[in-house]
Amino acid sequence: MAETNGHNGNPAPGTPPAGNGNGHGGGPVAKVLAGAKAVQARATEEIKETIKAPEKTDVWKSVLRVKHDETPRSRALGVLSNVFLHLHPAKINRDAVAYNYTWGMGGMTFYVYITLVFTGTLLMFYYHPSKVVAFRDILYLESDVPFGKLLRNMHRWGAHLMVIMVELHMFRVFLTGSYKKPREFNWVVGVLLLVLTLLLSFTGYLLPDDQLGFWAVTVGTNMARATPLLGHAGPFGPQLGMTPFNDVRFGLLGGSIVDSNALLRAYIWHCVAIPILASAFMVVHFWRVRKDGGISGPAPMMLESEIKDVKKL
Amino acid sequence: MDLHQLWTILSTPDNVPIVLLLIVVPFYTWYGMRQAFANDRLIAQLESDPAMAKTHHRKVQPFKAGWAREVHVWPFLLRIEFLAAIIVTVILMVWSITLNAPLEEPSNPTLTMNPSKAPWYFLGLQEMLVYFDPWMAGVVMPSLIIIGLMVIPYIDTNPLGNGYYTYKQRKFSILTFIFGFIVLWVSMIVIGTLIRGPGWMWFWPGTTWDHNRLIFEVNRDLPDIFGITSRVPKIIFGAVVVGLYCVAAAIGMHKLITKTAFNRKIYARMSVLQYVVMQTFLVVMLALPVKIMARLLFRIKYIWVTPWFNI
Repeated sequence: MAETNGHNGNPAPGTPPAGNGNGHGGGPVAKVLAGAKAVQARATEEIKETIKAPEKTDVWKSVLRVKHDETPRSRALGVLSNVFLHLHPAKINRDAVAYNYTWGMGGMTFYVYITLVFTGTLLMFYYHPSKVVAFRDILYLESDVPFGKLLRNMHRWGAHLMVIMVELHMFRVFLTGSYKKPREFNWVVGVLLLVLTLLLSFTGYLLPDDQLGFWAVTVGTNMARATPLLGHAGPFGPQLGMTPFNDVRFGLLGGSIVDSNALLRAYIWHCVAIPILASAFMVVHFWRVRKDGGISGPAPMMLESEIKDVKKL
Repeated sequence: MDLHQLWTILSTPDNVPIVLLLIVVPFYTWYGMRQAFANDRLIAQLESDPAMAKTHHRKVQPFKAGWAREVHVWPFLLRIEFLAAIIVTVILMVWSITLNAPLEEPSNPTLTMNPSKAPWYFLGLQEMLVYFDPWMAGVVMPSLIIIGLMVIPYIDTNPLGNGYYTYKQRKFSILTFIFGFIVLWVSMIVIGTLIRGPGWMWFWPGTTWDHNRLIFEVNRDLPDIFGITSRVPKIIFGAVVVGLYCVAAAIGMHKLITKTAFNRKIYARMSVLQYVVMQTFLVVMLALPVKIMARLLFRIKYIWVTPWFNI
């Protein structure tokens, strides 16, 4: 490999001058030309080396930190030393990678969530959460923004898909008994994530400000006025001084009807507050999957005769 | 048979997820239960053959001595995740290219949509509005569903079936969950989407949504049927009936919980608190079909009438 340090256009010591014979007895111009030729030859050599084995360059090593070859150690390090992959263990139950056990629903839910964050961020460039322009923004998005319609469709159908996948994920976790010891708390986190998923979808429903969203949210939030104790039409609400202007529904809508404040509140819950909350709970959820011993199975089956007695008080 | 009406309902963009649900929920139920029954057969074999139970690796998946029990995540898991991401992307793309997200007229508070429906995943709760007041259907029940789901790991004292599909070892919990998820949640969503038409009236699939249809139904309160007219006796009567239901349902549930020898073994592992919490949620859950039946069979509106709330 060519020496790369400390050259000023002259051949490094010990390197045979390239283009033998051209440097003999020439003037200063010929000397410079010979030097330039030598540099060119070395540069060509270096580029060839780099293309042939990019993994040997300092830049490559600094980014990837570890060797990536076919050894088991490298495979493990490839996962463990990568920030995006390190939530995975290095090795996994050989039967767990088959589709039939997990149905892949948890992972696919997370992937759809990422898709939704991505499309949602792009949608935010074209949307104003104001009663005056919200609906027009959607029309503009659908007719004038390049791929705007596709963007909105992906966000809408992705949201529906996420709700379905979350429910199926929960169904699978129940059927495999994966909420049992030591994963009890992670099931609780999962239920919270289910609720947050539904709330994310629900708050997004109002944002186009069309009849569909308006009446869906009206129907939905009308329930809130019937909240026991905290709603003005709920049991014991009036007795506690609840009116349409101070109850829990007023707090949700920022008013007594679904109007501009409700739109702004739905927007902030949808785009800022709930995504942050959901992301935080997701971090905990994935973290706990690892800390509770990785995914639950397929585990060896236990027989009835092997149940140990619990310690009674 | 109004096929056009049926097609209008099925092809409404926001109803497509329900059509999808109609396919994937039965599929995955079958897919899971099939593995459960396969495992159950192996469990039966292992139970009848203790020598086999000592040496067997206890999975239906093949395993030979010398095979590694674990495989590298890279590439064996990551390639599947990558493939799954691509497939989901393709599905989402094709779905988004072929079907447009719904956009109705601009919102108009003076023009009520009929039927005016919540998003599909809340239609189970909206369907409950037929049978319960909003404070029950819209607030108490969702809260109880959430809390009820959260307490499941803490009241299920059955140590079997941890990390593998089985039906035989967890009959009670699996049947309860399937009842809650499929009968009470998914099927109510399907009813709310495909069957409820204008005025939230029941239209069988294939019949025309008649906006002028009137149904003359007289729903009566239970105290009225018994000729109780004044306020205080109504309150007391309702409380007694609801109390009787709770006792009867709890006794019935207790019989179910302690029906088989295995169930009694699991029951013996429960603390008093676990048992009380489980009974509470089971009794409340059972109240749903009971109230629905009371309405559909006997045209009963409320069972417990008070000046503050009605059940």
